[in-house]
Amino acid sequence: MFKILEKHTIAPKVDMMVIDAPHIAGHAKAGNFVVLRINEKGERIPLTIADSDKRKGTITLLFQKVGKTTEALGMLKPGNKIRDIAGPLGHATPIEKFGHCVLVGGGIGSATLYPILKALKDAGNKITVILGARTKDLLVWEDKFREYADEMLITTDDGSSGRKGFVTEALKETIEKKTVAVVIAVGPLRMMKAVSELTKPYGVKTIVSLNPVMVEGTGMCGACRVNIGGKTRFACTDGPEFDGHEVDFKELENRLKFYKEEEAQALHLFLTKKKIQVTSNE
Amino acid sequence: MRFRNPEKRKKDFKEVSLGLTEKQALKEALSCLQCKKPRCIDGCPVEIDIPKFISFVKEKDYLGGLRKIREYNNLPSVCGRVCPQETQCQGNCIKGKKGRPVAIGALERFVADYEMVLGETETPEVQSANGHKVAVIGSGPAGLTVAADLAKLGYDITVFEALHEAGGVLLYGIPEFRLPKKIVQREIEYVKRLGVKMIVNWVIGRTKTIDELIEEGFETIFIGVGAGAPRYLGIPGENLNNVYFASEFLTRVNLMKAHRFPLYDTPVKKAGRVAVVGGGNVAMDSARTALRLGAEEVSIIYRRTETEMPSRHEEVENAKEEGITFHFLSNPKEITGDDRGWVQSIRCERMRLSEPDESGRRRPESTGEEFVIEVDQVIMAIGQRSNPILVRSISGLNLWGDGYIVADRDGKTNLERIFAGGDITTGAATVISAMGAGKRAARSIDNFIMGRGEPLSQPPEPVQSQSKH
Repeated sequence: MFKILEKHTIAPKVDMMVIDAPHIAGHAKAGNFVVLRINEKGERIPLTIADSDKRKGTITLLFQKVGKTTEALGMLKPGNKIRDIAGPLGHATPIEKFGHCVLVGGGIGSATLYPILKALKDAGNKITVILGARTKDLLVWEDKFREYADEMLITTDDGSSGRKGFVTEALKETIEKKTVAVVIAVGPLRMMKAVSELTKPYGVKTIVSLNPVMVEGTGMCGACRVNIGGKTRFACTDGPEFDGHEVDFKELENRLKFYKEEEAQALHLFLTKKKIQVTSNE
Repeated sequence: MRFRNPEKRKKDFKEVSLGLTEKQALKEALSCLQCKKPRCIDGCPVEIDIPKFISFVKEKDYLGGLRKIREYNNLPSVCGRVCPQETQCQGNCIKGKKGRPVAIGALERFVADYEMVLGETETPEVQSANGHKVAVIGSGPAGLTVAADLAKLGYDITVFEALHEAGGVLLYGIPEFRLPKKIVQREIEYVKRLGVKMIVNWVIGRTKTIDELIEEGFETIFIGVGAGAPRYLGIPGENLNNVYFASEFLTRVNLMKAHRFPLYDTPVKKAGRVAVVGGGNVAMDSARTALRLGAEEVSIIYRRTETEMPSRHEEVENAKEEGITFHFLSNPKEITGDDRGWVQSIRCERMRLSEPDESGRRRPESTGEEFVIEVDQVIMAIGQRSNPILVRSISGLNLWGDGYIVADRDGKTNLERIFAGGDITTGAATVISAMGAGKRAARSIDNFIMGRGEPLSQPPEPVQSQSKH
């Protein structure tokens, strides 16, 4: 059982939790994720570790309430417990002195970039952060990013913050103005796809963090398989980060729709009947 | 052995085999010739004294029979159900030469279930604590065996399991209708009562490294993490929606209880026409699970003939009775999808068996002829690979093949404190062979820690029960 120490809503539909998990915090690195199961009837879902504190023995998770499990998670309060959390899983982001790095975050995916930003900064890189969202309220952790970024660019679809438009426009200008060594993009699949398509002709190394459906998360089931350069790879053990220029985004987009009906059904049942018990307080 | 009616059983997940009645068990026990040189024991990977346990059954001392089995085997109700007895103990039974062998597996199950019906489990006496700590990685049949045997000798044992529940393949791999999960839980409770600590959700290699466990005072580490990772053919269409690898399909149902969605949160796709590729137990389990989820037509595609199928004969018979059809000498070439990216059909080539090669094996070769089966779902069950995380994390550990650990018969690896056994050393095999490996590794670890010199490679010997009964 894993105790929730803090919980905040940081944007509409987006919550953040600080969880007591010393043995996971001990090895957590930027880019790692955990697999979480809320209660004994729960499904196993992967969530990226948005931050961790070895000294306090805590990990921080961010999640957008889009389905039954995340809605149920959002109803938990500090002091409540989560039944199962396993990790840290997946390869950590390669951290080295690349030179000038551009981190592109879309929506909640931005939070995942935060530990990567800290680690890359510590490794002596110069960093431009581009954060994009539909609207101002959906921008996540802008102030935290400002602490470490050498340059911050904000884009919103409606122009309510920063410049009006998409992250790709800001990225294109940055690539054309500066010598960029690596681009790391985390966010909605379409954003990562657009970023990868944009950087390819410039030959700029681009890393994306993929979020396929997972079940067990340790390389045993293959639910999270993705097509990378024509080869089947498992996001849980070979990823979750891959070369954006090699990813078959179309296939992944399709695979993410596999359980759409069931996801909608479970969410509907949960929100309307609340038949299924949420918390496991002890 | 009695089986439930196929028409009824294929609609639910309850156990298919009903075991023996007391009357049948007594009849079987009486038919045992109590050979002076029993060949059945030679066929048993953990060398249970089979005639002896059967002699207890003859006397109606069923708990005595169970106690005798437990001297050798910590998981009798599991082995009584899933061991391939036809190629092991029963395959060797002298009575099988001219007729039917004694139903040894069914008798093993009978005595174990007898105790379960009584509701109590005897706990054998455990030797007083010796203060030595051993870590066991993986809670499948190999790990549970090592843990139980060493705990009986007084060792302080901690089992680390990556998933949220202990049991390994017994839990995520073998379906409820073949091995009810309450039986697995009961066997695990037995191991815990020996003083074994079970820690779930710890992915060794990530949550903690082997080196850290050693620093924390574990004198040796036993690795029994299994081979549950899927193999796949690499043919076009394998990533279409509604193509499952058997390991995912079975994990969803067995571990996550997806057949009870939406009561349980994990879904699994139900399909009308399902093709399962493969000829082993996992293929049979997948096909029969698909049927129970409501499929109208389930077929198995296998590239050789029925004779070469690695599956247990009993499982093939069960599958046939339940209406599953077989396409033998058929090799999938491509899975085709509709414009939405969902499975539509599977294209196969017809094979024939070649003349035996030097190894005596008749390999399938293409005839050039092809055929197409219209399906909504394809399940690939063509074998397993080693579980990758832990093995990749240990530097200097000798590996073979696809990431399997090199270990000798006693479970010794090239690293002094690290022992290994079960599927992670052999590739996918049986529950009982993993238990046999666990047994030998437990003796070898005991010898290592007690400084009894180099453990000799020798046949397994029973760990003597400390029971006073």
